[in-house]
Amino acid sequence: MANVVVVTSGKGGVGKTTTTAALGTALAQTGQTVAVVDFDVGLRNLDLVLGAERRVVYDLINVVQGAAKLQQALIRDKRIETLWLLPASQTRDKDALTDEGVARVIDELRQRFDWVLCDSPAGIERGAQLAMRHADAAVIVTNPEVSSVRDSDRIIGLLDAKTERAERGERIAKHILVTRFDPARAARGEMLGIADILEILSLPLLGIIPESQEVLRASNLGTPVVLSDPASAPARAYTEAARRLEGEDVEIVIPAEKRGLFTKLFGRRAA
Amino acid sequence: MRTAVNSKPRPRPVRFRGRSYMAFALAPELPVADWLADIDGALGRSPGFFAGRPAVLDLAGLTLAPTEIAAMIKELEARGIRIMGLEGGDAAVLGSELPPLLTSGRGVATSESAPEPAPDPAPEPAPVTRPSRPTAQTGSLTVDMPVRSGQTIYHPHGDIIVLGAVSSGAEVVAGGSIHIYGALRGRAMAGANGDRRARIFCRKIEAELLAISGYYRTVDDLDVSLRNRPIQAWLDGETMLIAALD
Repeated sequence: MANVVVVTSGKGGVGKTTTTAALGTALAQTGQTVAVVDFDVGLRNLDLVLGAERRVVYDLINVVQGAAKLQQALIRDKRIETLWLLPASQTRDKDALTDEGVARVIDELRQRFDWVLCDSPAGIERGAQLAMRHADAAVIVTNPEVSSVRDSDRIIGLLDAKTERAERGERIAKHILVTRFDPARAARGEMLGIADILEILSLPLLGIIPESQEVLRASNLGTPVVLSDPASAPARAYTEAARRLEGEDVEIVIPAEKRGLFTKLFGRRAA
Repeated sequence: MRTAVNSKPRPRPVRFRGRSYMAFALAPELPVADWLADIDGALGRSPGFFAGRPAVLDLAGLTLAPTEIAAMIKELEARGIRIMGLEGGDAAVLGSELPPLLTSGRGVATSESAPEPAPDPAPEPAPVTRPSRPTAQTGSLTVDMPVRSGQTIYHPHGDIIVLGAVSSGAEVVAGGSIHIYGALRGRAMAGANGDRRARIFCRKIEAELLAISGYYRTVDDLDVSLRNRPIQAWLDGETMLIAALD
């Protein structure tokens, strides 16, 4: 049975899609079967980031509405054969998703894959709520800025209220992934430090992805950063984050920040 | 800003509070004359039924001219029923002479759905019946997780204890005092029903707003030396005082 993980943030443009692609790829590289699902109906991007945009025939909406079988809509990655994409529809909107249809699709994916990663649309409305609805775990993508952190906080509140698990009285596992982190700017106080973010959100940290041109270049090439340049700092950070998502205990190093802060951080992880 | 002209340094704060009341909603039926006759019949059986109770006229499903509504209100007033507001009408049609239009009313269970042969004297309006935990009605409410942005914790009849932080954009509203064993970054409103003895305690003050019994202060008014420290806030007359706890 799969682990269903929603990648969400509240705010747009913080790196949800990049993160979904990178984590999905990193997990699939270990030989586990992974499905990445684009819930951003009407503004689909995950196909581009994975370089599969010219292979989309059927999409999530077709499957939700029963017009196509899941089998027909899933696109297998050309580089990693355990990675599959379920694209969103670009011509429809989020109203085309039905509660029952999404439940059925997620259920079917659960039977077939080890991991199901749902790329949530921005916002807190229906689309985002449907993407998180059936999740067992959540990766909350946050940039080191106050607006992003506050929106993440709002989304965490929804994860504790609007998911199927929350409604059964259970908690879903929640992890913070800080993206676009610039150690120099953080040191100058121009962006929030990691300790500040974790203090506000009071959740464990999954990883810190440094700000890097490499990420942007990889997205534009249609290759997730973990494949395009595996030795680069963001690629290593994503690979380690994927290992932590699997439950492995991997030490977190804050890029070029003082040692003292790092120790603080580690104490916090237990919280 | 700080050029205080008179001896009072702080301007008197404006005071406002939210409150909810229970009112009877009367739904007239056409023809109005027959409906009024029914009311007369009910009042005959139980004369004090409407005495001292606010009533709202529910106009949903009726199309009456403002003059007809005004006439109906006069008729009801003659029977000792004072109409404090209208419901279900069209604001554009109703003039400013009529009572104000109320929205988002909710039905509550009353023990007396119709004036039955009188239980004398007319009983007090039944309290809102709520099936939830009766102890929580008057006791304190403990919240053992952070209050996230966008969430509101509302506990009108006692204290609220929050074990985590209250985030920016979150709101904690208590009838009694508020105790926060974490950072307060959102809003805290104690004494929401007018209890002036209510206090607010928190371990780290970064609040957007503090209010006690309708008197409020924003973080901009807060002394810089208090920021990020544990504090308590209380009312002294009409001034909210904030002091460090450490």
